[in-house]
Amino acid sequence: MEKLIALLIAAPLLGAVVLLVGGRRLDRVGHWVGTLLSTASFVVGVFLFADLLGRNAEHRTLIQHLWTWIPVEGFQADVTFRLDQLSMTFVLLITGVGSLIHLYSVGYMEHDERRRRFFGYLNLFLAAMLLLVLADNYLLLYVGWEGVGLASYLLIGFWQHKPSAATAAKKAFLVNRVGDMGLSIAIMLMFTTFGSFAFGPVFGHVDGATEGKLTAIGLLLLLAACGKSAQVPLQSWLGDAMEGPTPVSALIHAATMVTAGVYLIVRSAAVFNAAPDAQLVVTVVGTVTLLFGAIVGCAKDDIKKALAGSTMSQIGYMVLAAGLGPIGYVFAIMHLVTHGFFKAGLFLGAGSVMHGMNDEVDMRKFGGLRKYMPVTFITFGLGYLAIIGFPGLSGFFSKDKIIEAAFAKGGTEGWILGGAALVGAAITAFYMTRVMLMTFFGEKRWQPDENGAEPHPHESPKVMTIPMIVLAVGSVFGGAFFSIGDRFLKWLEPVTGHSEGHSPVSAGEITIATMACLVIGVGIAWAQYGRRPVPAVAPRGSLLTRAARRDLLQDDFNHVVLVRGGEHLTRSLVYVDHTLVDGVVNGTAAGFGGLSGRLRRLQNGFARSYAVSMFGGAALLVAATLLMRAV
Amino acid sequence: MNPVNYLYLAALLFTIGATGVLIRRNAIVVFMCVELMLNACNLAFVTFSRLHGNLDGQVIAFFTMVVAAAEVVVGLAIIVSLFRTRHSASVDDASLMKL
Repeated sequence: MEKLIALLIAAPLLGAVVLLVGGRRLDRVGHWVGTLLSTASFVVGVFLFADLLGRNAEHRTLIQHLWTWIPVEGFQADVTFRLDQLSMTFVLLITGVGSLIHLYSVGYMEHDERRRRFFGYLNLFLAAMLLLVLADNYLLLYVGWEGVGLASYLLIGFWQHKPSAATAAKKAFLVNRVGDMGLSIAIMLMFTTFGSFAFGPVFGHVDGATEGKLTAIGLLLLLAACGKSAQVPLQSWLGDAMEGPTPVSALIHAATMVTAGVYLIVRSAAVFNAAPDAQLVVTVVGTVTLLFGAIVGCAKDDIKKALAGSTMSQIGYMVLAAGLGPIGYVFAIMHLVTHGFFKAGLFLGAGSVMHGMNDEVDMRKFGGLRKYMPVTFITFGLGYLAIIGFPGLSGFFSKDKIIEAAFAKGGTEGWILGGAALVGAAITAFYMTRVMLMTFFGEKRWQPDENGAEPHPHESPKVMTIPMIVLAVGSVFGGAFFSIGDRFLKWLEPVTGHSEGHSPVSAGEITIATMACLVIGVGIAWAQYGRRPVPAVAPRGSLLTRAARRDLLQDDFNHVVLVRGGEHLTRSLVYVDHTLVDGVVNGTAAGFGGLSGRLRRLQNGFARSYAVSMFGGAALLVAATLLMRAV
Repeated sequence: MNPVNYLYLAALLFTIGATGVLIRRNAIVVFMCVELMLNACNLAFVTFSRLHGNLDGQVIAFFTMVVAAAEVVVGLAIIVSLFRTRHSASVDDASLMKL
């Protein structure tokens, strides 16, 4: 059974190679090849899942050793895969949601002449992400990690003829490099501390390491997670990444890429459990990001960017939960899975809206679309209800648990974290209701474009709506399915461990508070965008609104602190180089040049002046001899 | 007569020769002054030979004469060819290798 694990990665990798090397001959079938291989990987995943379910909880870890990659004395890098409950969950999410997105892309990218290449990149993305979650050591994980970075770069910049897309891809890649640096240093630190970077030895020897070292490793891993999962302070790439085709946004935000950071933290649970300071930083990062993303999401008129802010915020919830330790790990992953369903559904819905509206993304030019796109409306609506945590839907179960775990942290911290999570829930309800109302309700606000062509909103083809329907079903029932009888908890507990916290407030009270936040958020949004017509041109807005429209000045901050700071640093270094380093070198050269210029004058060609030198020298020698003799 | 007087004479002749080499421009005169210095040396050598009572100084004086004779041959040839190309016997005019 272990032998099948490699097949999970091999199928999409084969797809990527065939599609990218195969060339134009495959243009007509390429998209189906890609979808088929991605689905094949999913089928293998389901097969392995059934096998794992048939075993006892203790025997659910499968290890497949392929070969030794770098065999050096004391440094063994193996290509070994580990399939346990945690990676199994990710495999099903990645291949399942990934395959649906493949299917959707068949319709969405129909008129793009580079569709085959697009599917090749999608397959590469899946293969890299699967390698990341299946690796049994950090070095192999790093290979997948970089592969995800590469694939995201290729896909965000897929429409590279647009300068904005090319820039966005570069930005995502560069910001991610900062995080990657953290991961690579963390791996080196692990190697010096534990003598290994394989999961087993590292997690087994955590007790032997000092807390300072573990904290350093934890913080570096957090830096890595911040890069891939778009957490503050490395969040700035996520909004711009919307330049990619919409299925890419769905793939990045739901199934791959941004979930990698959460995976890394949960996978390294043993390290974080032993480093409480690092855990505290993780929770702070998660809390700040969940509020940051939510506030940004409130102000965006671009439907995809509003959803991007929402992703940032939801991942913030997961990171917060992961930082809480064993109380939260399971719920972080559970929210990740349910989020995978409803966020993929929401993005595919947004793509469907754009597909029907001539690629318009400004929500102020939508309005009243529910009559024109009923299927999109219903699936998007179900995703919306799931993300705001409507009782009974996915988000309700997973998000409530995280808020509960935050309160259970105890003390002042618990109140602050739990309170922030509650405020985040209210803001989530607000911005998602806003998106919903501006897109599907109210009067139609679209205008003919410059060429006089009026958009004719229409429902998308079946190949696009079917994945949306499947994802909507998942968003509706996923949470309940996982929560009944604590199924998900029991499934994941052997890997991540679990402990019940003692919350100062009861679960019932938290649910009531969450519902109150939900009602407040929806109510404010209704009052602002439902009751009165939405202006087609964005009003000036308050200072906060304007700041949020500029992503809370993240780029300005980066520009002032990093770009300007870097410029000043280089300028001063160049100055030092010119004056000090070059000064010494050039000064020496000039000194010798001047000296030789003076010495050259002695050699003037007049025989008599040479004779003077000779006589002078001889006289000196005689004088010196006499002097020595006298002494 | 005190042999040291010969040494004074040699020193005087050498000084006259050296001064001439340094201050005269005419190549022929400079050349003669060099000869004067050589002969001043010869005089000193011969004197020392007499003072020490051996023949070393006289032998060296013969060597010096041979060298002086060879120098006259080469030196005059150079001065003649210098005069032919530059139409001047001044050593200051010949400050460059090229014409």
